[in-house]
Amino acid sequence: MLKVNNIETWYDLIRALHGISFTITQGDVVALLGSNGAGKTTTLKTIMRLFYDLKEEQPEKGTIEFLGERIDRKDTDEIVKMGIGYVPEGREVFPELTVLENITIGAYTRRDKAGVKSDLENVFYHFPILKSRKNQQAGLMSGGEQQMLAIGRALMSRPKLLMLDEPSLGLSPILTQEIFTIVKNINEKDGVTILLVEQNVNMALKYSHFAYLLENGKIVRADKPEVLREDEDIKEFYLGIATEQSVKGYKRYRRKVRFR
Amino acid sequence: MPFGQLLIEGLAMGACYGLFGLAVVIIYRTSEVINFAAGTMAVFSTYIAFHMITFYGHPFWLAFFFALVFAALLGMFVEFFFLRPAKNPTLLGLIVITIGVQLLFGGLVCWKWTADQQAFTIPFSYQVIYEPLPGVFISQWAVAVFVIAAVIVTLLFFFFKYTKLGTAMRATQQNKHAAKIVGIKTDRIFAFSWAFSSVIGVTAAMLISSRTILDPEFMMEPFLRAFAAAVLGGLMSVPGVLLGGGIMGLIENFFGYAMPAWKPITAFVVIVLVLCVRPSGLFAKHYVKKV
Ligand SMILES: Nc1ncnc2c1ncn2[C@@H]1O[C@H](COP(=O)(O)OP(=O)(O)OP(=O)(O)O)[C@@H](O)[C@H]1O
Ligand SMILES: [Mg+2]
Repeated sequence: MLKVNNIETWYDLIRALHGISFTITQGDVVALLGSNGAGKTTTLKTIMRLFYDLKEEQPEKGTIEFLGERIDRKDTDEIVKMGIGYVPEGREVFPELTVLENITIGAYTRRDKAGVKSDLENVFYHFPILKSRKNQQAGLMSGGEQQMLAIGRALMSRPKLLMLDEPSLGLSPILTQEIFTIVKNINEKDGVTILLVEQNVNMALKYSHFAYLLENGKIVRADKPEVLREDEDIKEFYLGIATEQSVKGYKRYRRKVRFR
Repeated sequence: MPFGQLLIEGLAMGACYGLFGLAVVIIYRTSEVINFAAGTMAVFSTYIAFHMITFYGHPFWLAFFFALVFAALLGMFVEFFFLRPAKNPTLLGLIVITIGVQLLFGGLVCWKWTADQQAFTIPFSYQVIYEPLPGVFISQWAVAVFVIAAVIVTLLFFFFKYTKLGTAMRATQQNKHAAKIVGIKTDRIFAFSWAFSSVIGVTAAMLISSRTILDPEFMMEPFLRAFAAAVLGGLMSVPGVLLGGGIMGLIENFFGYAMPAWKPITAFVVIVLVLCVRPSGLFAKHYVKKV
């Protein structure tokens, strides 16, 4: 459904993405993992074409295809209309709008009133707390509630692909669990394909059907979660499961990871 | 002059400052820049109305609406050709751009209509005085100001609160990045805010001009007072700037009556005092971003 082919994104003279390729199959939950500064957020912003302000030619190289159509030179609002929803890192709700206004503005690009109304009910079904707080100012909600609001807002554009950037950031384990369950429901009940960016590798592997590992702007692993879970490097550096010490008793240094 | 009349005329002038301050605030909230060209842009549009009435003999209301349309186009023109091309501008850079626009249009107006003082008349004269209650005097001009200001503020309120475009404007003001994500064409919102601001600005300018004088510089002091009103209101809130405008109008009128020599500098004294005591304005509210 989404096909990213060898994209390169630059911040002035710094190359943040060194030619990334990956695909997302319809109906899947796909995880994009990686440590801080790996380029996960940059990848999502490149797909949404949010760097247009900085520079018109982003990505500098490579192509992005969504449902068989090139989107790497389309405007963000057209990409939203085509069916990509984006929940940005750090929620980014509109602090002085009410919760209800925040949700309904998610349907800004849509014209079908009846569909918008039923989608609003669907958002309230997934997040009952938003319904009880609908007249509150969004800036006064807790971090977790704002995360739910940001997801609800993205759902209002009736996306075919929903991209979530670190939805568990700053949330308690219980709330993280809750959010992941809801995301799973959205995937299964509403049939929305999901691209999940996460630092919480354990959780992400549990809920995804396929995962990519990003390091320094390159994809270094691409496999099913069951396989990645057994990977020595991932075990040690992302899941924090200590493996046995080497024969000489030194701590093992990180192997240089390479993909294909 | 009796106290009651000083009060009412002061409030009417204050309403003009408030309206013009609103024009400043609308741009500040979207583009995060003080538009130093606001005064001159309003002067330019006022001259268009003046020209139509004086040289072509059109009726006032036609000239008035034409000036509004012209102002809207002028606002979009400035946004599109002067501010938009600046990619990743600094705040100072943007301010310098608006000052450049101010000089440009100032020069243009002087060249076309000369620096002579003209009289700009609207159908509501400040020399026609009503006495609705014994001892209370109010000029026709003041009545018109209050009505127009009330209509504009009410329309603005409903526009921002209940329309899709109004909500999108507020959203863009609060978080441009998120606005793009939900599919709002933020560039258009910016152009639209400039048009909006320019239209409100010229309305206020025409009211002010009919009370004072029409020349290329006539908005200089009102702009600074409106700016002071906006600062009083914290540069963000609509009721704040209106209240600020009212305060400015009253201070000016009472000072002007009691100590005429002090009248021109009251605005600056007020700005300095407010910035000393409450740097973010009297009515500023702040939202802390949650993690
Ligand atoms: N606006 C920017 N200007 C310059 N460099 C940037 C900018 N944004 C990100 N970078 C750099 O690009 C690289 C990738 O950043 P990115 O935000 O995509 O990482 P990330 O994988 O999302 O990390 P995190 O998990 O911490 O959110 C980093 O090295 C970062 O320093
Ligand atoms: Mg990130």
